[in-house]
Amino acid sequence: MSYATQKLAEEKVFKDPVHRYIHVRDQVIWDVIGAKEFQRLRRIKQLGTTYLVFHGAEHSRFNHSLGVYEIVRRIVDDSFSGRPEWDDSERLIVLCAALLHDLGHGPFSHAFENVFGLDHEYFTQQIILGDTEVNEILKRVEDDFPQRVADVIGKTYPNKQVVSLISSQIDADRMDYLQRDAYFTGVSYGHFDMERILRVMRPREDQVVIKSSGMHAVEDYIMSRYQMYWQVYFHPVSRSAEVVLTKILHRAKALSEMGYDFDQQPTHFKGFFDSTYTLDEYLALDEGVLLTYFQLWMTEKDPILSDLSNRFVNRKLFQYIEFDLAKDYMKMKELELLFKKASIDPEYYLVFDSSSDLPYDFYRPGEEGERIPIHLLKPNGEIRELSRESEIVEAISGKRRTDHKLYFPEDILTKDGKKKALKKQILDLLT
Amino acid sequence: MIEEHAKIVQFIGAANGITGRKKLQKMIYIAKKLQYPYKEKYEFHFYGPYSEELTLRIEELCNMGFLQEERQDKGSYVQYKYQMTDAGEHFMQMAQVPEATRDLVACINHMKDKSSRFLELVSTLLYFDHLPKEEQIEKLHVVKGKLNFSKEEIDEAFTFVMNLMNERAIQ
Repeated sequence: MSYATQKLAEEKVFKDPVHRYIHVRDQVIWDVIGAKEFQRLRRIKQLGTTYLVFHGAEHSRFNHSLGVYEIVRRIVDDSFSGRPEWDDSERLIVLCAALLHDLGHGPFSHAFENVFGLDHEYFTQQIILGDTEVNEILKRVEDDFPQRVADVIGKTYPNKQVVSLISSQIDADRMDYLQRDAYFTGVSYGHFDMERILRVMRPREDQVVIKSSGMHAVEDYIMSRYQMYWQVYFHPVSRSAEVVLTKILHRAKALSEMGYDFDQQPTHFKGFFDSTYTLDEYLALDEGVLLTYFQLWMTEKDPILSDLSNRFVNRKLFQYIEFDLAKDYMKMKELELLFKKASIDPEYYLVFDSSSDLPYDFYRPGEEGERIPIHLLKPNGEIRELSRESEIVEAISGKRRTDHKLYFPEDILTKDGKKKALKKQILDLLT
Repeated sequence: MIEEHAKIVQFIGAANGITGRKKLQKMIYIAKKLQYPYKEKYEFHFYGPYSEELTLRIEELCNMGFLQEERQDKGSYVQYKYQMTDAGEHFMQMAQVPEATRDLVACINHMKDKSSRFLELVSTLLYFDHLPKEEQIEKLHVVKGKLNFSKEEIDEAFTFVMNLMNERAIQ
């Protein structure tokens, strides 16, 4: 028996609060889960700074990755297997891609990537293709197997049906994170009838379609996604935490470039400060490492680094106001000037941030859209785009919602002390 | 953040308007690959490298009135033309973005003269520029098989990239 088809003597199961059980029978999958690069995902939270708002949101990318794997396993083993439109030789590739799709995420991904100009997708590819335990395991299947798995995740794999299981407007990734994030944040949104969707998914050339009898379950899924984005993912307070976190990293980088003598040398960051990082340095980072530095930097000599670190560790976050950049960009310039006069560096203490989501997009004939729509399979075999059949989905299709906020440290501005008049002037502009 | 918005306004201003969303996406991607300082994150999508961040930024700039979007009905298809507005020019100056260098302006204009199909070809090849040339072409045929790019088009794309790199003086 080849390694690719080797089964475990006994099926392994992981207890999971979302899917109840995650089933593993393939030796390759079991080995990948045990690889140190995959275990690292236990130390990276799925929702970054959201735990500072929804205290239950401490779940990791490890949980989510197993969840995506389980959904794909159920699709290919229970819904697709034996159907002529599905090629069962793709099974192991799509299971590995599901398991590894988030492998390259770093600690507090969004902020970390933003400051150091990194891309987790690049690291996912590097970990799968580089000198790693994951690569060693995948190569035992076939020499080009790691590359094929990387291609599925990178969306450059020739079989688009396989790609769409991991990455489309109704994919296993979204189906898992919506339910998992709802469960751990404790919100009542995010729930939908996944069982129904999995039962009515059908493989077709280049895509996966949904039997039209499952349309209402899909509507529910799209509405859940819409609610979760605005109630959880774009919560203004977790964005504030992310703003502070981003500014800590910015400050540490700037100090390093200025030749500042850190009390606690930021050894783990050196390669990221000067862009000489290696894959091993990237893999050595996790959220435990970052939080340890933030603790240590609370007592640094540099007042900005210590203040920002204190804010993050002790959850003394920035206040925010709605801010329309189009109308108020002159005000922004004025605020920057006043902040400087008040000796509050606007680079770190006055931050404009926006969030935006497009809940569902459809294909407009002739236009240059980039999202593959969800297609319904009618009883007569006809395929129809979802928003043409569902009035609910039509109502939110192609409509992007954006939210702009301006973040600032209200406590500094209201504190008694020097430059009181100037600070009042700033507060008047901000309220 | 505002600086990144302003850089896009500057790009479109330097091109004196760009017609086609796909074309704009590919132009920024190619400029980014030539190490011009654009920060929008790209992933591989239907038409090749695509940035959701850029799409969002363009929408925001239109909403803010710094860019003007004109919908052009071409009968069988629809196209969008983007132009910098007076308010956009003012915004760009306020944001104090360094002036576009001569080589960037030249690069923008070379790209603007090309079709979106050609820029899709160039950007897809650049997406795989970590691979040897033969594998780059092989990959192109896998992901863009339906577009049937000819050998002449592919040769032209490589020459085009080489010329842009020479002007930018990077190898």
